[in-house]
Amino acid sequence: MSSSPSLNTWSDALSGFSIGWFPLGLVIVAVIPLVFIALYALTYGVYGERKISAFMQDRLGPMEVGFWGILQTLADILKLLQKEDIVPTAADKFLFVIGPGILFVGSFLAFAVLPFGPAFIGADLNVGLFYAVGIVAIEVVGILAAGWGSNNKWALYGAVRSVAQIVSYEIPASIALLCAAMMAGTLSMQQITVMQAGPNGFMHWFLFNNPIAWLPFLIYFISSLAETNRAPFDIPEAESELVAGYFTEYSGMKFAVIFLAEYGSMFMVSAIISIAFLGGWTSPLPNIGGLELNTMTSGPAWGAFWIIMKGFFFIFVQMWLRWTLPRLRVDQLMYLCWKVLTPFALISFVLTAVWEIYR
Amino acid sequence: MQELGKAESNSTRIIRQDDKRVIIEKDLDTEYMVLSMGPQHPSTHGVLRLECITDGEVVVEAEPYLGYLHRCFEKYCENVDYPGIVPYTDRMDYLAGMNSELAYCITVEKLLDIEIPRRVEFIRVIVSELNRIASHLVAIGTYGIDLGAFTPFLFCFRDREHIMNLLEWISGARMLYNYIWIGGLAYDVPADFKKRVAEFVTYFRPKAVELCKLLTENEIFVKRTYDIGIMPADVAINYGWSGPMLRGSGVKWDLRRNDPYSVYPELDFDVPVPDGKFSVVGDCLSRHLVRALEMEESLKIIEQCLDKMPEVQGFDSRALIPKKIRPKAGEVYGRAENPRGELGYYIVSDGKSTKPLRCKARSSCFVNLSAMKDLSKGQLIPDLVAIIGSIDIVLGEVDR
Repeated sequence: MSSSPSLNTWSDALSGFSIGWFPLGLVIVAVIPLVFIALYALTYGVYGERKISAFMQDRLGPMEVGFWGILQTLADILKLLQKEDIVPTAADKFLFVIGPGILFVGSFLAFAVLPFGPAFIGADLNVGLFYAVGIVAIEVVGILAAGWGSNNKWALYGAVRSVAQIVSYEIPASIALLCAAMMAGTLSMQQITVMQAGPNGFMHWFLFNNPIAWLPFLIYFISSLAETNRAPFDIPEAESELVAGYFTEYSGMKFAVIFLAEYGSMFMVSAIISIAFLGGWTSPLPNIGGLELNTMTSGPAWGAFWIIMKGFFFIFVQMWLRWTLPRLRVDQLMYLCWKVLTPFALISFVLTAVWEIYR
Repeated sequence: MQELGKAESNSTRIIRQDDKRVIIEKDLDTEYMVLSMGPQHPSTHGVLRLECITDGEVVVEAEPYLGYLHRCFEKYCENVDYPGIVPYTDRMDYLAGMNSELAYCITVEKLLDIEIPRRVEFIRVIVSELNRIASHLVAIGTYGIDLGAFTPFLFCFRDREHIMNLLEWISGARMLYNYIWIGGLAYDVPADFKKRVAEFVTYFRPKAVELCKLLTENEIFVKRTYDIGIMPADVAINYGWSGPMLRGSGVKWDLRRNDPYSVYPELDFDVPVPDGKFSVVGDCLSRHLVRALEMEESLKIIEQCLDKMPEVQGFDSRALIPKKIRPKAGEVYGRAENPRGELGYYIVSDGKSTKPLRCKARSSCFVNLSAMKDLSKGQLIPDLVAIIGSIDIVLGEVDR
C-alpha cells in the first residue's frame, strides 16, 4: 500500500487489536464486508430501491413495518419463506430448480476478488479482473436454464433476449475494463486499487489520471446496466412486454433468490467500476498542506467504508436511471452495443495504449 | 408450440412486408410460434387477448379476441327505463364516465326535444372536460408504463387525483358518477366550485409541462414511438377511426367542432393535429402528442366556461327532469366527442314504453381496435405493445 498511513489511525488500531493470539480486530475488519453483503442485499438494496423510487414519484414508499418501513424487507422475506415451493408440472424440474442457483452463485462468486480494504480481500488473484468479468458470464447459464426450464413462452423470450444482451454487452464492458488494466499494468484487483492510492486522494484515480479515461468509464457503466438487466436495458424482464421475462414462473424463495442475485450483481458491477476507475477503497480526500485528510481517512475500516460508499453511489445512479427512463427496444439495444459502444471502446483502448506509452 | 409454416429459405432480409410472410434473415429456417398475449397480460390494458403468430421477435400477425368484459349493455338497456341507463353508461368507458353520460343524455334529449338551461350546459361541459383531462392522463401514464417508464404514470395519477376529488365533491363518486341526468344534473355544483376548478387549472398547467419534459421529450420515448404503427389518413377513415386516433393521422375531425353540441360552438379552442415536424403523421408518437396537446385545449375550455357560466340563485338542476320519460315513437342517433373518439347512441322508441326498444352504443375503442390486425403486421413485440398503448383502449367500452 503506497499511501500506507504510518500514523496510528483508529482503523489501524482496530485491525491490530488482538486478544492474546486471537486477532479480534482483524476478524471484525474482515467480517464487515461479509455482514455488509447480507445486510445490503436484504435491507439497503430492496428497501433503498423502494424508498428511492417512492421519493422520485411523490410517494412515501413502505411506511408500516418498523420505523419508516425499515423492516419491510424482513417481512417480505418471511412471507416468501412461507410460500409453497411451486414447480410447474410442464417445467423441466432440474433446470427450473438449478437456474436460480446458478444465477445466485454466479453473481456472488465475484465478491471473492473484490478488495474491501487493504486488509481484506477474499482471494487476491493475479487475474482478478478477468475472473470477475468471466464469473458474471455464468449468470447467462442460469438465466437460460430458468427461462428454458419454465416451459413458458414469455420466459423463453426473456431468456433468449437476456443471453443475446449479456453476451453482446460483455464485449464493450471487457474492453473498457482492459483500459483500466492497461493503466494499472496488472489484472489483480488489489494491485489496481493500490496503483490509485496516494496522498492526493481522488487525483490519483484512473478517471482523473488519463485524459480519455472518462470514455471507458462511461462505456463500462452503460454496459454494466445492460449486464445486470437494469433499466433502460431491462428488456429480458420487461414487465410490460414479457410479463416478467425469464422468471415469470418463479415464486416464493426461488423468486427471492433471483431477486437477491440481481441486487448482488448490481453491487458487484458498481464495485468493479469504482475499483477500475475510482480507486476502490482509497480515500477521495486529498492531503492539503498540514491537513492530512487522506492519511486520516485511510486504513482497513475506512477502506471498506469508501468502497461501499462508492458502490452505493453507483447503485443509486442505477436506480435513478431505472425510475426515470423508458425501455429501449431489442434492436435499439443491439445497435447501441455493436455500433456505438464497441467501436468507442476500441477507440478508447487504442488511445489509452498510446497515452500509456508516450506519457 | 404450434408450427404453422416455415419461412422461405432463400430470401433476403425483409422485416416489414405487406403480405403475411416476414423473413428475418437469409438462409435461416424459422418456425412460427403462437403467442397468446393476454387476457392477463400487463400491457393489454384490461382483458384484451391478442393471439400473435410470431417469428422470433417479429409479430407476423396479431388477432384481437374480445368479449372478456362483455356485460350485455344493450340488452340491459331494453329492460331499464331511460334514466336508469345513465349509470350503465358510466361503466362503459369507466375512465371517462362524464363524457359517456353526456353523450347518452344529449341523445335522449334530442329524442325528447327539450331545451336545457345554460348553467346546466356549462357545468356539463366543465365536468366532461375535466374528465377528458383525467382520461388522457391515464392514457399517457399507462403508455409510459408500456414503454418501461413507471414514474410518469404516478405523476399522472397524482394530478388525476385532484380531478377525482373535484368530481367526487360534486357527484359523490370518484369514477362512476351518475351525475349528468336526462334534462339536467343530479345536483347543482357546490358554492366554491368555480374557485376550486380555477385553482386546479393553475395547478395543472405547469404539471403538464413537467410531464412533457419527463416523457414526451425523452429521447428513448421518442425512439420507441417515432415511425411505429403508421396509419394513413384514408385507411383510418375507412376503418371508422375517430378521436385522437384519427387526429393523429392528420385529419382535423372533432365532433365538438364538426357536429357541435351543448355550448361548444361558443367556446374558443383548437383541434390539435400533428404537423409532421416532431413526428411522422399517423405514428404512435403523433397519437400521443394529440392527447398531450388536447389536455391544454381542455384547460382552455374549462377557463372559458368558468367565465361564461351564469350564476343563478336557488337554481334547481332537476327542475326539467321529467318524472316519467315516454318519448314519442321514433329513432335517434346522438354522438359526442369522448376522450377516445366518437361515442354514439342509437335509440329506438316505440312511443308507448318507458324503456327504449333498442339502444345501440357505437363505441370508439371497439372501432379503433379493429385496425389492430393491420397495424401489427410485421412489427416487433415491443412495438406491438407500443401500438396497443397508443390506441388507448378501455375494455369496458370495447366489450360493453
